[in-house]
Amino acid sequence: MTQDEIYDQLRNIIKIYLPEDVSEENITPESHLVKELNINSSHLVDIVLDVEDAFDIEIKDTELEAMDTVSSAVEIIQNKINQ
Amino acid sequence: MTFPEIIAQLPYGKPFLFVDTLQEISDDHIVGSYTFKKDEYFYKGHFTGRPVTPGVILTECMAQIGVVCLGIRLIDGLSAQSKIALVSSEVDFQLPVLPGETVWVHSEKEYFRFGKLKCKVKMLNENDELICRGTISGMLKK
Repeated sequence: MTQDEIYDQLRNIIKIYLPEDVSEENITPESHLVKELNINSSHLVDIVLDVEDAFDIEIKDTELEAMDTVSSAVEIIQNKINQ
Repeated sequence: MTFPEIIAQLPYGKPFLFVDTLQEISDDHIVGSYTFKKDEYFYKGHFTGRPVTPGVILTECMAQIGVVCLGIRLIDGLSAQSKIALVSSEVDFQLPVLPGETVWVHSEKEYFRFGKLKCKVKMLNENDELICRGTISGMLKK
């Protein structure tokens, strides 16, 4: 799976949990999930659980903090897929 | 943990503690009850002259029994630094709860991951009739 494919799939997951005042166009690789996309801690967990299902991987508690931006999430997902 | 140990760990006090006893608990479910006293503070204004338990209080009762008590068991007790918060609730209401009524809360865990406990919760009255049901999530921050 290429980085672009992961990014597209992740984007589709993130957009479900965006608050009403944040549009899909706001999602960029640099976007900070909490600070810029205004995703709360509860929906961050929902995103990670959807990511686990979509990519058939398991994210550990300690790895959640590292998934702060969209691109860092893509990187973590890619590393997991390649494991 | 025993039922009294779990209740003693709850970070609520009068007049905002809505758990009397627990009847069942496992890592996946919990059953507990509360009797709404006739002199609960909110009956003075909800509604004036016609006391009915507010839906937010029923939701709170479901959260305290169904999410917080179950959560305390899952983490084997809250520490002094633990902070808990309600993060999501979606509840449908079917029947009113009047002063003096006892309610039973049944909760089933959907998941407990990354500090978030999501549960399917329902509340029944003394006649086993459905009062309300929904999905409630809470989060634990260490």
